[in-house]
Amino acid sequence: MNAAGFPILSLITFLPLAGVAFIATLRGDETVVARNARFGALWTSLVVLALSLYLWLKFDPAQAGFQFIETATWFTGFNVSYRMGIDGISLFLILLAAALMPIAILSAWSIRRRVRELMIAFLLMQTMMLGMFAAGDFVLFYIFFEAVLIPMYLIIGVWGSERRVYAAMKFFLFTLTGSILMLVALVWMWSNAGTTDIATLLHTPIPPRDQLWLFVAFLASFGVKAAVWPLHTWLPDAYGEAPLPATIMLAAVLSKMGAYGFLRFAVPMLPQAAAQAAPLMFTLGVVAVIYISFVALAQTDMKRLIAYSSVAHMGVIVIGIFTFTVEGIEGALFQMLSHGIVIAGLFICTGVLLARGEGLALGRLGGLAARMPAFAALLMLFSLANMGLPGTSGFVGEILVIVGAMQVNFWVSLLGGMGMILGAAYMLVMLRAVLFEKPRVTGLGRVDDLRPREYAMLAPLALLVLWLGIYPASFTHGFDATVAAMVQAHTAAVVHPATAALAVAIR
Amino acid sequence: MNPILQTLLPEFILGLGAMALLLFGVLAKRDQSTACTWGAIIGFILAAIAAYTAPTGTIFAGLFRSSDFSRYADMLVLLGAAAALILSLDYNRREGIARFEFPVLVMLAVLGMLVMTSASDLMTLYLGFELQSLALYICAALARDNLRSTEAGLKYFVLGALASGLLIYGISLVYGFAGTTNFAALANLLGNGAGYGTVIGIVFVLVGLAFKVSAAPFHMWTPDVYEGAPAPVTALFSTAPKVAAMALLLSVMLGPFGHLLAQWQLLIVILSVASMLLGSLAAIGQTNIKRLMAYSSIGHMGYALVGLAAGGEAGVQATLVYLALYIAMSFGVFACIIAMRRQGRSVEAIADLAGLSAQRPAMALALAVLMFAMAGIPPLSGFFGKLYVFAAAVHAGLVVLAVIGVLTSVVAAYYYLRIVKVMYFDTGDPAFDRTAPGVRLVMAAGAILSALFVFLPGPVLAAATAAARALVG
Repeated sequence: MNAAGFPILSLITFLPLAGVAFIATLRGDETVVARNARFGALWTSLVVLALSLYLWLKFDPAQAGFQFIETATWFTGFNVSYRMGIDGISLFLILLAAALMPIAILSAWSIRRRVRELMIAFLLMQTMMLGMFAAGDFVLFYIFFEAVLIPMYLIIGVWGSERRVYAAMKFFLFTLTGSILMLVALVWMWSNAGTTDIATLLHTPIPPRDQLWLFVAFLASFGVKAAVWPLHTWLPDAYGEAPLPATIMLAAVLSKMGAYGFLRFAVPMLPQAAAQAAPLMFTLGVVAVIYISFVALAQTDMKRLIAYSSVAHMGVIVIGIFTFTVEGIEGALFQMLSHGIVIAGLFICTGVLLARGEGLALGRLGGLAARMPAFAALLMLFSLANMGLPGTSGFVGEILVIVGAMQVNFWVSLLGGMGMILGAAYMLVMLRAVLFEKPRVTGLGRVDDLRPREYAMLAPLALLVLWLGIYPASFTHGFDATVAAMVQAHTAAVVHPATAALAVAIR
Repeated sequence: MNPILQTLLPEFILGLGAMALLLFGVLAKRDQSTACTWGAIIGFILAAIAAYTAPTGTIFAGLFRSSDFSRYADMLVLLGAAAALILSLDYNRREGIARFEFPVLVMLAVLGMLVMTSASDLMTLYLGFELQSLALYICAALARDNLRSTEAGLKYFVLGALASGLLIYGISLVYGFAGTTNFAALANLLGNGAGYGTVIGIVFVLVGLAFKVSAAPFHMWTPDVYEGAPAPVTALFSTAPKVAAMALLLSVMLGPFGHLLAQWQLLIVILSVASMLLGSLAAIGQTNIKRLMAYSSIGHMGYALVGLAAGGEAGVQATLVYLALYIAMSFGVFACIIAMRRQGRSVEAIADLAGLSAQRPAMALALAVLMFAMAGIPPLSGFFGKLYVFAAAVHAGLVVLAVIGVLTSVVAAYYYLRIVKVMYFDTGDPAFDRTAPGVRLVMAAGAILSALFVFLPGPVLAAATAAARALVG
């Protein structure tokens, strides 16, 4: 059994389904059902969060391989089993997904239409996300990875804003096209290794010739999901049109699924191809950082500006992953966590403005620093974290990626680092427009500052931003061993392919 | 009991049952269509039990072979036909086409299909094939006062007759050049290669069967027949005969002609690619949901053919799993189509579904689940069908076929999604009539089977494995 003594990963993954069952069976008039559905979803997600924290407590950071492994027969005769297991990489993504879910559900409090269905969709999505990070089998991973599309499609399409149908379709078809190519790669690797156990696949050598097209398939899949430039075009539409809670989950967790895919599959399973593709990935990352930053600078809508800043940060993450250095990959991982928290905070801030009827057009906003001081302080904190100010979470990730990239290529490091400067440019432009400039549209009356529910969403995020920024070791400690082992294996496979293959054969 | 009688018990039940129901229907004073339908359904259940317990083996000097393979296909055929009859109960009454002949004809067609799945001789094959075809031609024209239904029946008959002609011509060529029609003898004979005459004969046989599974480019009848025939008949067409014809295709191509895989594999690949492309591209422009399902079924047969193209045990197994999952999805969707009735008249436009999620959440959910399943989105059942056929293809080295398959499935996802979009995102007032309990039952069964397959794949997989081993192993 595992360190927890009970199948904790399955419990975390499938607990939201119990919440779904509870909400689906609610009876009564509409307002009662809506209230109970909200609280049911919130409590479910809080229990999941508590379980995930317990998981963190029981996690052994010294161990590099998979922990909390669970297996059960599933597709007999096909060597596809139900396998769960996590390592240092997946642990924190599970924590991220579990921590943001209650906040997203809180942010859905103001949605009045079809509340029951919305909460069901959210809990389903949570099961898919957690299951994906906890999956120890490729087929299982793929199922969760793609199944996320169904609730997300419905959430965008039913509860989104005006161009929701277009955005939902685009989101679905874009991501499906990418992930379906991975399906071919999956069955190829399945027939190559004879199993879909991820731990086995990690040690199964693949001829370099085949690695290349497998990598292309993975790039199509994870690149779309992670919104790597130029595969990001679905993102501004989806982020812009989705309702606030869905935007939070999309930006904070779903985009990390792509980066996680790179770390879990593309890099360790296809080391030669990944090494060959590194210059391409650096280029894509640098273009994302610089070009998308300029695009963000040109936005006139706050939500879209934040959406583009998210693409730019994904560029940094991609650069970090493909340095194949401990610093770079740890930086990418740290940036994934930090970006998830910061972007959620920023999007919630836009939600606060929308709730006040302020709108999000940068030209119409202004002067909020005086009118909503607490809001202004928190927005400031998240914006500074987003541009990577020391002391906030954003800094740690960026600096680690820059250090990692420096060991590989000076120019990548320099240009990737430009992201911090350009990020400062567009975030400060946004802050000036929202907080300080005199409003160009007069007649806006007094607006309330933050309400208790908004504090409940923003305060934990702000604390996390500071915790990650001031004492990052409590997080890096957890994935040090995993990342070190991964980098070591990668170097061995690339530098000495023959001995690596031999080592595999001996094992 | 006599082993021959025991092996043929399901066929006897269906044949004698059909005769008995026919007599009963003719002699009864009033119209007894409901009683006859229930009688036929009971007949199917009895036949299923008999088929399940039938001993394996060959009888009549190699004309007829009962095995795990035929058992598996029989179950699917009976399941699909029973679902179609349940759907017909309420629909035919409301449309004024409730006649006792319909269940009798369906029983005879199913008898033909059971013979097809167990045929181990080209002659038995042809007998079963013709029996089911002739019965189904009449079913298509069941609404005889309806212009489109009669047109569908006529079209189906003319093109079907052409297919039968090609099939019998192919059989005669094979017989002429090989000197036998027995599967086992043919397999022995063709083990060391075949002459041109035999290969041409095989191609004709293949074309004749491709008509029946409506694989492109032999699909021309499908959209018109699907649209014109009454909805329960369409539901029948899209399930039972498809399984029977596909099973026949599997057992013919991998049985007697199995050694010539290298020679016909390319043909199957072409059929499969053409079907997948046509099924996905031509469906985009459809506004009638029955026509859409026609193209969708063409596409699905393309995916099922991927397994045949891969050949071997894995390929057969993949196709069989695909068929089982497809049947469940298909009768579920047709139950939803039959439930689309407004003020006593059936409506068939996709746009009529607008706003369904607000008015009939359960039906919208069922149809949405089925659509996502048809699109092959995990964790719904359709995904596993696709996973198996593509795995078989990649394992057999047909990577390009698998890539084409997954790409066309994205295109197909677009039109399945559009139905979900219409139901959930658009506003409208479908105001459908109350749905009969039988239709609701079939709808729920289809949706639940599609949604929950992921949790309990074992029984289907085990049966498919045994069936594939019986055919190829």
